[in-house]
Amino acid sequence: MEVVSVRESPGGLGLTGDQLMDMLYKMMLARAIGQRVRMLNRMGKVPFAVTGEGQEAAQVGTAYALAPGKDWVVPYYRDIGVVLVIGQTPRDLLLEALARGESVSSGGRNMPSHFSDPKLRIVSGAAVVATQIVHAVGTAFASKLRGLDEVSMVWFGDGATSEGDCHEAMNFAGIHGLPVVFVCEHNQYAISVPWTKQMAVENVSVRAQGYGFPGVTVDGNDVLAVYGSAREAVDRARRGEGPTFIEAKTYRLVPHTSDDDDRRYRSREEVEKWAKKDPIIRFQAYLQEHGLLDAKERDDLAMKVAEEVDAATEYAENAPLPDPESALKHVFAEEKGR
Amino acid sequence: MAEKNMVEAVRDAMSEEMERDPRVIVLGEDVANGGVFRATQGLLDEFGPDRCIDTPLAESAIVGVAIGASLNGVIPIAEIQFADFIHPAMDQIVSEAARLRYRSNGGWGCPITIRAPYGAGIHGGPYHSQSVEAIYGHVPGLKVVCVATPYDAKGLLKSAIRDPDPVLFLEHKRAYRLHRWDVPDEDYTIPIGEAEVKRDGKDISLITYGMMLHHALKAAETVEAEDGISAEVIDLRTISPLDKETILKSVEKTGKALVVYEDNLTGGFGAEVAAIIAQEAFDFLDGPVTRVASPDVPIAPYAGVLEEYVLPNPAKIASAIRDLAAY
Repeated sequence: MEVVSVRESPGGLGLTGDQLMDMLYKMMLARAIGQRVRMLNRMGKVPFAVTGEGQEAAQVGTAYALAPGKDWVVPYYRDIGVVLVIGQTPRDLLLEALARGESVSSGGRNMPSHFSDPKLRIVSGAAVVATQIVHAVGTAFASKLRGLDEVSMVWFGDGATSEGDCHEAMNFAGIHGLPVVFVCEHNQYAISVPWTKQMAVENVSVRAQGYGFPGVTVDGNDVLAVYGSAREAVDRARRGEGPTFIEAKTYRLVPHTSDDDDRRYRSREEVEKWAKKDPIIRFQAYLQEHGLLDAKERDDLAMKVAEEVDAATEYAENAPLPDPESALKHVFAEEKGR
Repeated sequence: MAEKNMVEAVRDAMSEEMERDPRVIVLGEDVANGGVFRATQGLLDEFGPDRCIDTPLAESAIVGVAIGASLNGVIPIAEIQFADFIHPAMDQIVSEAARLRYRSNGGWGCPITIRAPYGAGIHGGPYHSQSVEAIYGHVPGLKVVCVATPYDAKGLLKSAIRDPDPVLFLEHKRAYRLHRWDVPDEDYTIPIGEAEVKRDGKDISLITYGMMLHHALKAAETVEAEDGISAEVIDLRTISPLDKETILKSVEKTGKALVVYEDNLTGGFGAEVAAIIAQEAFDFLDGPVTRVASPDVPIAPYAGVLEEYVLPNPAKIASAIRDLAAY
């Protein structure tokens, strides 16, 4: 794997110590929320869980390059880390997982992890893979037509690169030189199908060349490498220089969903090997090496995360279920005009 | 007031809406060059390349990009060159545009209009003739309009563009240049979801839309002159949301319902209309709810004799009127 290294020093990317600590916090929070939702599933409280443990660096590192509330965020269904960086809270995510009426994402209509938050410009997603890539091109197209310096970023897995919509989106973006960043969280598997059955190239980022814009492959478990590539891509887009494709090579440490048994298609040895590259442990070690984190601070942060997730879970479990009759609402706009 | 054909009325509606609201754009294949039916003729010169946009040949992207742009302050009119070519975009229309408001609990809306010429009768063969309205009329969250006259086309297209939800706007291509009828120059709209009684009658109700409207009107004249049967003709104009009230009111008056549609008989939109009448106007019926439609073969074969054999026409409709009137 070609690895872009941007880690000469912690300050090399222009991030402050507080920002580095915040990145770690968001990664740990994303991990803890994913684990909590899966646990609630095992307890019979959440019918379905789809999460992204192992992919936190790819998510947090890319989203961190955006201006929350200004830039357009088009995530896919593992991107808990993305939406936390943009401004969703553990409470938002637990309300969504538990399908409570006040969930901003969908009020209990969409499955968990189909994030939506109009105030934060997080665009609601479907479960059909890759359709959202075209939407991000659309939001970016509108930004360009309207002369706004917004950037759109869209996330998807390696499987999505096989879909026609991925091609149509990247081609359209290339033609119009749109301010959009395509982020492929290459986690090696589309459910059970390994990436080698998905593509005949070592690095799918090479496809960007065919659309007339740069593609880059980064170590997706290295949050600073990911951030560096995303920072550059977002800056390019903001300068009007067009799209970038980022392939962040990572690994899903958990089964595809709560209904999947990954022992059927991958060895425990393989999962263990990747667990050793856990992006959170790596980033903690990096910060400790550079004197930015000590063991106590790390444990305090873990405690803080656990408390927040507990509090969010408690709140969401006590929040009312949707009014059954609300199932008939919002098929169409309820007020005329716009 | 000027005489216009339907394609000119469509063009006028877009031009006037683009003039009225700078957020409105047109995108699709060949639209900058005026489009294959000339519906976007002149829009490039009037509004420039940022508002009349040629897309790559990629229907899913045409609709998907329109969806994304609509979330960010743009009001797109996406043209699908022929309704037959809409199927690659079906996922974006059905799973995305139509569900976006619902799945986000009202958080997002998708104010896009998707225009597509549809229907047979022009020797278009199986890939330039399809009727797709039943497929999309089945989908909650999507409005489906089927126009066949210049006046309706202009007024309804303006409503579609101003609608806060996605509208599939189907223009019967056989009707594009069929008539030159009066169309007001000034701004007017026709509400989506309202049928119109295009011909008053008392003996039998013909419920139809699209090109079949014109055939039904002709058949109604024929049976009036030859058989003294007074047929009422209802143009649905919008199939979703459906104006049940106008349908039921007419059937309650005449006691006989003939549903006429160009699409295949089985599962065509007229089947839904027939079901509604059977369920909600049963006490008023004085004969079986009857359908005239195309047989279940791909619509439509290219050769003129084959196409004519398959499609409903005024003679076939007149014959069905006579049978039902005599029941």
